[in-house]
Amino acid sequence: MTADDDRVFRALADPTRRHLLDQLFERDGRTLTELESDLEMTRFGVMKHLRLLEEAGLVVTRRAGREKLHYLNPVPIRLIHDRWIDKYRERQVSALAYLKSELEDTA
Amino acid sequence: MTTMTEQATQVYSVFIRATPQQVWDGITKPEFTTRYFYGSKIDSTFEPGSPYLSASGDGERKLVEGEILESDPPRMLRHTWRSLYDPDTAGEPHSRVTWEIEPQDGGVTKLTVTHDQLEAAPKTAEGVAGGWSYVLSGLKTLLETGSPLEG
Repeated sequence: MTADDDRVFRALADPTRRHLLDQLFERDGRTLTELESDLEMTRFGVMKHLRLLEEAGLVVTRRAGREKLHYLNPVPIRLIHDRWIDKYRERQVSALAYLKSELEDTA
Repeated sequence: MTTMTEQATQVYSVFIRATPQQVWDGITKPEFTTRYFYGSKIDSTFEPGSPYLSASGDGERKLVEGEILESDPPRMLRHTWRSLYDPDTAGEPHSRVTWEIEPQDGGVTKLTVTHDQLEAAPKTAEGVAGGWSYVLSGLKTLLETGSPLEG
C-alpha cells in the first residue's frame, strides 16, 4: 500500500510526466509517436517516462492492431484522494468501521 | 473533470489484495455492490444473453441496463451498458464494459475496466469518466478492509 503510494507520488514529481498525463487527459489512447511529438526529448527519454507512469499505474496500455495505445488511469490519484483528503472525515471513517465489522461478522 | 473531452474508450485499472474469485464476487454479488457502487444492487445471472441490471438499493429506481455478452468467471465479464439515471444518457445507445481480472504475484489481483463503444454516447462518456475511479477505489477498500489478514 505504502509502496504503491510512493510510486505514484514519485511518478507525479516530474514536470514531463505531468505533461504526459495532461496530454492524455485532453485526448486519451495516444501512441508513443503522438506523445513525443510536442516534447523536446528523445524517443527513448519519453519511453522511460511512460514506463515509470505505467509502473505507478497512472498509465495503462492497450494493443490496437500493431499500435500500442496509452490511456490515463486516474484510479491511483483517486486512491490518494480517498486516503489523504478524506482521511479525517468522520462519515468515511465510520462507514469503513461499519464495513469492517459487517464483513468480519460474515467471514 | 468538466473540461475533459468525452473519451470513446476509457480504461481504469486497480491492484487489489484479494483473490480473483473475491474480486469476481465483488463485481457480481448485490451484497457487495450496494456497499461501493453508488449503493446499487446488481441483478443478473451473468449468463451470455441474459440482462445486466442495476437498481437503487431499495429497488425503486433502475440505474443501469444492459446485456451480458461474455462471461468467464473469475477472469472476464463483458456486457453492454446504458445509464438510466439521467434522461440524457438513457436516450443514448448502448456502450460496452469489459472487466478483466488477472492474478499477480504476492496475492494481488489486477482489475481492469474498459468502457468503450462510447462514440455515440457522449453524455454517458462524460458521466462515467469520474465514476469508475470512485467505484474501483471503493471496491478496493471494501475487499481489502474485509480481509482478516489486515486485522
